[in-house]
Amino acid sequence: MNITKFKKKDVYWYLFIIVLIIIPLVPFVVNNSFLQHVLILILLFASMSQSWNIIGGYAGQVSFGHSVFFGIGAYGAGMAVVKYGIVPWPGILIGAFTASIVAVIIGYPCFKLKGHYFAIATFAIVEIFNRLFMVWYWVEGALGLDYPLVEVGWKNFIWYNTKIPYYYGVLILFIVIFGIVRWIEKNRFGYYLAAVREDQEAAESIGINSTMVKLAAMAISAFLAALCGAFFVQYNFRVDPPMVMSLSMSMTFVLITILGGAGTILGPLMGALILIPLQEYSRALWGGFGGGMDLIIFGIIIVVVVVRQPRGIMGIISELKNHFQKIKKSDFNLKKTEGGE
Amino acid sequence: MNKLPLLEVHNVTKKFGSLIANHDVSFNIEEGQIVGLIGPNGAGKTTLFNCISGLYKVNEGKVLFKGIEITEFPPYRVAKLGAVRTFQIVHPLKDMTVFDNILIGAYLREPNNQKAIEIAERCIKIGYLSEVKNKRAGDITIGLKKRLELARALATGPKLLMLDESMAGLTSTEVKESVELVKNLRDTGITFLIVEHVMEAIMPIADKVIVLDGGIKIAEGKPEEIIKNEQVIEAYFGKKYSKKLQAAKGVEKSV
Amino acid sequence: MTMFFQVAIDGLLMGMVYALVASGLSLIWGVMDVINFAHGEFLMVAMYVSYWLGFLMKVDPIISWVASGAFCFILGAITYRLIIRQCLGGPALSALLATFGLSMILKNICLNRFSPNYRILTGTLLDGKKILLGDLIFPLPQLVTGLSALAIVFIIFYIIKRTRLGWAIQATAMDKEAAELMGIKTDWIFAFVFGLGGACVGIAGGLMPSYLAVHPEVGGLFSLIAFIAVAMGGFGSIPGALLAAIFIGLIEAFGGFYVAPVFKYVVVFGLYIAVVMFRPKGLFGW
Repeated sequence: MNITKFKKKDVYWYLFIIVLIIIPLVPFVVNNSFLQHVLILILLFASMSQSWNIIGGYAGQVSFGHSVFFGIGAYGAGMAVVKYGIVPWPGILIGAFTASIVAVIIGYPCFKLKGHYFAIATFAIVEIFNRLFMVWYWVEGALGLDYPLVEVGWKNFIWYNTKIPYYYGVLILFIVIFGIVRWIEKNRFGYYLAAVREDQEAAESIGINSTMVKLAAMAISAFLAALCGAFFVQYNFRVDPPMVMSLSMSMTFVLITILGGAGTILGPLMGALILIPLQEYSRALWGGFGGGMDLIIFGIIIVVVVVRQPRGIMGIISELKNHFQKIKKSDFNLKKTEGGE
Repeated sequence: MNKLPLLEVHNVTKKFGSLIANHDVSFNIEEGQIVGLIGPNGAGKTTLFNCISGLYKVNEGKVLFKGIEITEFPPYRVAKLGAVRTFQIVHPLKDMTVFDNILIGAYLREPNNQKAIEIAERCIKIGYLSEVKNKRAGDITIGLKKRLELARALATGPKLLMLDESMAGLTSTEVKESVELVKNLRDTGITFLIVEHVMEAIMPIADKVIVLDGGIKIAEGKPEEIIKNEQVIEAYFGKKYSKKLQAAKGVEKSV
Repeated sequence: MTMFFQVAIDGLLMGMVYALVASGLSLIWGVMDVINFAHGEFLMVAMYVSYWLGFLMKVDPIISWVASGAFCFILGAITYRLIIRQCLGGPALSALLATFGLSMILKNICLNRFSPNYRILTGTLLDGKKILLGDLIFPLPQLVTGLSALAIVFIIFYIIKRTRLGWAIQATAMDKEAAELMGIKTDWIFAFVFGLGGACVGIAGGLMPSYLAVHPEVGGLFSLIAFIAVAMGGFGSIPGALLAAIFIGLIEAFGGFYVAPVFKYVVVFGLYIAVVMFRPKGLFGW
């Protein structure tokens, strides 16, 4: 069997075991509501970033427009609950499919652009959607959607007094999204994504329809981002355009993934594990008078990681692995010559 | 039984602004042939490749493959149909292993992982790449990169393989190996269109040779005819030198 | 009808400032293929420098632009040396994200030290003065700033096109290795260009605190508009950036007045997408 495939399987099993251990333990170990909140946010942002990872990391199309899909998902659920007074689930599905369709419509012309032009076009798109939602009467514009009180439970996916079901909910979302990415990695689609990312001309010359591949990645990625958005609004009880459809939200997805390691399955999780606690705890510690301290630290981390190790935390880990493997190898050679002739 | 030519090139013209890179080029390739495409630098050989493979849009003319008109097809469609090209400046997928590079080629006909892996393994053996199978494609030598490009194209199961200077930069042993490889592959049913400067690599094995100069096809025929063709000699050596050559050879011309 | 021209004047004057900011970015992008995400924040820094000089030491923006220009030149050069240089060999994304990180650092340091309050300089030399041409009002602070900005764009263009230094810069932009082989110290050129890009923004920021409020978020919009202007005008083209920036200034003014304030940027962004669909490399890009 292919050696590269075996390594990936290895790591995934570790992850799976950790996840299995976490699930039953959380309610017993973590009684602190704030800590639960942080854990939920970690899993949520890891999921969001993982969905971006499909198009930005694996396919190599760095788009800053992903918050649009996140927002569409949030509004999908929100509209169902607030405007139509029903359970969120139909809204979640419609939101996700809408996000996919919008992604393809936007993606098709944008993919004709190269490099920086593409990136800037994605900024422009976020800003356009942001302003549009601010003035769109149907979605309550700048006021946003505020959730009314509804019956607690899985039917409405709302709880007021406990965070534990939210934790399980986001965990399921996390496992689903990571599972999808894992599948992509191991099959033809993932290889095609990598080929398009590495060298589009070469990919085309061996029969890969790069436009189709990019659009498919875009559609899947948007769908999953929308699901995350839906979870967000169910957890937050409220949504408005600046909260979800902003450039800074887009940057968050990008940064978490890059910091953790774009194009790797664990990257988004690593990134979220570092940045979310940083964000939440600094806000808690310094929120009032510190103003921006957490963002200063955030900024410094970004600069340092991006400059020293553009492959992020996973890049650092793999470098350490190589380093230790080299040491092991030289040890081994030493032993051979000592023991042998 | 008159079989359709595998590749038909009809009056292809390609211009870049006022520069005419290919002018009214026409030729056919029959199934099972090894056809050489030669000519001095700048003759338009790679441009012609790019026109056939869909990377460039022709200004005039038609290209037919297996009887289907592929003139307007994008590169991936041409490849899917079975006409696959390699690049003069190699394009390995640098960060992936040699094996993965070839696997991606295999995936064109075979979406199933297991079967694709089998095809890739076979192509690794054919391309003598077993030793570097798991190395990063960007790290291997240029000779191996060229073989990788060939093996990757092979994995896509092509009917026509278009090689663009795949012998450049190889040692003479490597050249001999590659020539054997091409002959063996032709015997398995693959047709070849090969651009070459390394004459030992193409002249001995070609069924026919097409010569381009300044964008125009100046000759087409068997290798032994081509090397005697005056226009071809002039194209490579220039008018003055070829006149000297004629004079040195003696009376052949006046008779 | 006068309203039309008045709006046009306001848009034009703002557009000229955008042009200076965009030129700085275009220079950096054209020579190093780097998008300086912190460009707007350099502007913010310049505005704060000029503001504090004015507020604490009564130095008028007419003079303090020199200080803020120099400050941002140094800031740009240091940014290059410490950050950008390391990113140059790697993926294009690195420089962009690194400058984004820098923008966060700069913005939040100012937020932390100076609070999010809006500040504006009153009582400057030109404050409140205006030139009247018939019914049309030319506010003097904006006029001086706009014309100075335009002048500096032309000076920079002249430097690039007509001086030896400019040729060295052009050579480095076209082919770094070839330039090095000809003895050009490309590292110094890069540092200089980044500094010059910063200086552009620094000068623009130096003149504005008398009529534009200074606050930590002021850079964001300028950044975005600069990106759009440079991309619309085309990679490496200062005339392109100039035209696009002025165009944007006008569209912003007209859009805001005749349509609705919230839509002015939608029109700008929409226009970018429209332009780039037909000319994927911008109007004058190469």
